[in-house]
Amino acid sequence: MRPNLILHVIAKFVIPLIILFALYVQFHGDFGPGGGFQAGVIFSAAFILYSLVFGLETAEKIIPHHWLRILASLGVVIYAGVGIESLILGGNYLDYTLLGSNQIAGQHLGILLVELGVGITVAAAMLILFFAFAGRGRE
Amino acid sequence: MIDVVVDIILLTFLATTSIAIMRMTNLFAIVMLFGIFSLLSAGLFVVMDAPDVAFTEAAVGAGISTVLMLATLALVKRPKEPYYDEAPRAHRAWLPLIVVTITGSALVYGTWDIPNFGSPDAPSQTHVARFYLENSMPDTGVPNTVTAVLASYRGFDTLGEVTVIFTAAVAVLLLIGGKRPKPALRSKDEEAQDEA
Repeated sequence: MRPNLILHVIAKFVIPLIILFALYVQFHGDFGPGGGFQAGVIFSAAFILYSLVFGLETAEKIIPHHWLRILASLGVVIYAGVGIESLILGGNYLDYTLLGSNQIAGQHLGILLVELGVGITVAAAMLILFFAFAGRGRE
Repeated sequence: MIDVVVDIILLTFLATTSIAIMRMTNLFAIVMLFGIFSLLSAGLFVVMDAPDVAFTEAAVGAGISTVLMLATLALVKRPKEPYYDEAPRAHRAWLPLIVVTITGSALVYGTWDIPNFGSPDAPSQTHVARFYLENSMPDTGVPNTVTAVLASYRGFDTLGEVTVIFTAAVAVLLLIGGKRPKPALRSKDEEAQDEA
């Protein structure tokens, strides 16, 4: 692929901003619009932009495939794990109240962890989809 | 007042985009227009005070699915020019036209009974929404009610959704992921080297 200077410069400038925005949407989802789903998609969009501009091989060096598979599973494990943790603490499944010292703190921590799990799974799943489709045309 | 103006402009653009999509035969251009269509819908959701939905529509509809459709298009394109043209139409459009007209008029008929947008008597306002709006702040301390419902009240549903996304990724990996073996391209001495 012939390198395009303008694309490279703009992408390098924009990608950190996209990732920062994804983190904002992820961890500010309790207060503003957004949450794990949106943050995961925005996060993966940054990496998709990177691989569109710099090539698939370079992007695969940054996030190898086996990492993505582990991350996609890890998100579901975090989510289900929060549920099991609340079971162990004596509550119902996914009842976050017992996770913290009082109800508000517990709910807050639970929602934060659960959204983190959603974000990780969605971001990894979107990247898996993209790499699966894009990598097939290379052969 | 300004809402109405923005609504009319966005809906005009939506109609224009869909007519353009119907008239075109270049699949590459159609995919790009689908992205624009999603972005315009996201704008409409913002006007209707649903920023969470608009977020998802803009990120998934306009962003990811456009990229995935382009990737698919690159896989199934024709071997020589024109790469991205639709196959020529082999049938008359009468049957689809009749189906679309009947479905469309049924939908328009259905909208007559829908309460006005934002009406306090709408079933969506009188059912559980009131409970969530009143209790989500004291229960969870999360100002964004959408997040409170999604992650706390309906946490089990969301766990299911995450599992669905995970399953989709696994299914795609199983179907088209990974390296395909290419036995025809490997010569005998390479295989001998591998075995050694």
